[in-house]
Amino acid sequence: MSFLPYFVAAWLFLAGLYGIITSRNFVHLIICLAVLQSSTYVLLLSIGYKWGGVPPVFAGAAVGTPAVDPVVQALMLTDIVVEATVVALLLSLAVQLHKHTRTLNPDDLEALEG
Amino acid sequence: MLVMQATILVFVLVAGTAVVLTRDPRSQVIGLSFYGLLLALMFFLYQAPDVALSQVTVGTVALPLMFMLALARIRRDREKAEREEHKKENPKQARPEENAA
Amino acid sequence: MNRGVRMVLFAASGVMLFGILLWGLRGLPPLGHYHGPYGDVLNSVAVYERHATDVVSAVNFDYRGFDTLGEEFILFISVIGCTLLLRRQKGEGQGEGGSKDEDESSDRRAPSPSDATKVITIGLVGPLIVFGLYIVSHGQLTPGGGFQGGVILATAPLLVYLGGDFKTFQKIISHTLVELAEAGGALAYVAIGFAGYVIGQAFLKNVVPLGETGNITSSGTIILISLATGLEVAGGFVLLLHAFLEQTLETLGGQK
Repeated sequence: MSFLPYFVAAWLFLAGLYGIITSRNFVHLIICLAVLQSSTYVLLLSIGYKWGGVPPVFAGAAVGTPAVDPVVQALMLTDIVVEATVVALLLSLAVQLHKHTRTLNPDDLEALEG
Repeated sequence: MLVMQATILVFVLVAGTAVVLTRDPRSQVIGLSFYGLLLALMFFLYQAPDVALSQVTVGTVALPLMFMLALARIRRDREKAEREEHKKENPKQARPEENAA
Repeated sequence: MNRGVRMVLFAASGVMLFGILLWGLRGLPPLGHYHGPYGDVLNSVAVYERHATDVVSAVNFDYRGFDTLGEEFILFISVIGCTLLLRRQKGEGQGEGGSKDEDESSDRRAPSPSDATKVITIGLVGPLIVFGLYIVSHGQLTPGGGFQGGVILATAPLLVYLGGDFKTFQKIISHTLVELAEAGGALAYVAIGFAGYVIGQAFLKNVVPLGETGNITSSGTIILISLATGLEVAGGFVLLLHAFLEQTLETLGGQK
C-alpha cells in the first residue's frame, strides 16, 4: 500500500503517453493528455498525505491537530482549473484544424500540408 | 479508511487506463467525466476537500461540456463537407460524357 | 515514421521510462510519512499570521500568491486564445444561418424542454448563484475560494440554456460585462499586489487589516484576491462557453 500511489502515478503517466503516441484523433489525444496530467495529482496528493491527518482547514479542528500538507493541495487546486482552460485552447485548435484540413488524424497532416 | 484509500487508487488506475484505451472520442468524454468523479472521490478520501470541490466542478461539468461542444462542431463540419462533396460528385458524373463527346 | 516503428520505439523507451520512474519514486517517503517542513510550518502558523482558517486558500492567495498570479494569467491567456481562435470568421457567420444548412440541421435541434424541466432549471439559477458566491466569499474560512466558486458561477447560465430560454441565455453570455469581469478580475489581482508597493512593502504583501479569525471579513487580502479570482474564473469560463456554443449552435450564430 505504501508505494501503491506512486505506482498508480507512474502507470497513469505511461498510459497517457501511450494514448498520445498511438492517437489517431486530436480530440482523443487531448483527453489522453488530461489523463497524463492527472498522474501528477496522484503523485502530489500522496506526497502530502499524512496518516491520521485532518484536512488543512482549522475551522472545526483546533490549530495543532496533525493535518496534511496544504502546499501540494494549493498546487493541484489551481492546476485543475487552469488545465480546463488550456484544454479548451487545445480543443479550439483542433476545431480550427479540422475546419482547414478536414482531418483530425495527426498522421494525415504531413501529406496535407504540402 | 485504508481499504477505501487503496481501493480508490485501483479504481483511478483502471478508469484512467480505460479512458486512454477507448478509441471513440464521444464515449471517451463520458469516461473522462466518470474518471473526474473518481479523482474527486480520491481527493476527498486523501483529506483534500478544496481540491475535491475544484475537481467536481471542473472535471464533471466544464470539461466534458467543452469536449462535447467541440465534437459537435467537428461533426457539423464533417457533415457539411460530405454534403458538398456529394454535390460535387453529381456534376462530375456528367463531365466524362462531355469529354467523350 | 510509420506506426510500427513508432510502437517499437515507444515500447522500448516506455518500459525504460516506467522502470526509471518507479525507481525514482521509491526514493520518496512511503505514503503517510510526510517529511516536508513547509506543510507543518504553514499549518501551525497560518491561522495566527493570516487569520484564515483554510490554510489552502492562505497558501494559494498569500504565501504563494505570486505563483497563483502566474497561473491566473495562464488562464487569462488561454481564454483569450480560445475566443480568438473560435471567433466568427469572414465567410462563415451570416451564410451559415442560411436556408441550406437550416433544413438539414433542424432535425438535430433539441426538442423544447418540458414545463417541469423549465421550472426546475430556472428555479435553480438563483440558488446556484448564491452557492457560488458563498463558495467564493468563504474561501478563507472553509474549503472553497475563487477558483471553485468561479466555475460554479459560470455554470449558472447553462441552467438558463437547459431551461430552453435561448434569448435570455444569449443575452447573458454575450454581454460585455462578462468580458469586463474577466479582465477586471485579472486587473484587480495585480492591483492588490501593487497595493503593497504603495505603502512601501513587497508585492502582494497582505496590507489590509486582518480582522477577527472566523469572520467573513478576516484574512486581509486573501479574501479580496479570492473575490478577484472568482470574478476572473467565472468570466473566463462563460467566455469559453460562449466561444464553443457560438461555433455549435446556429440559433446563436444566426442572430448575431
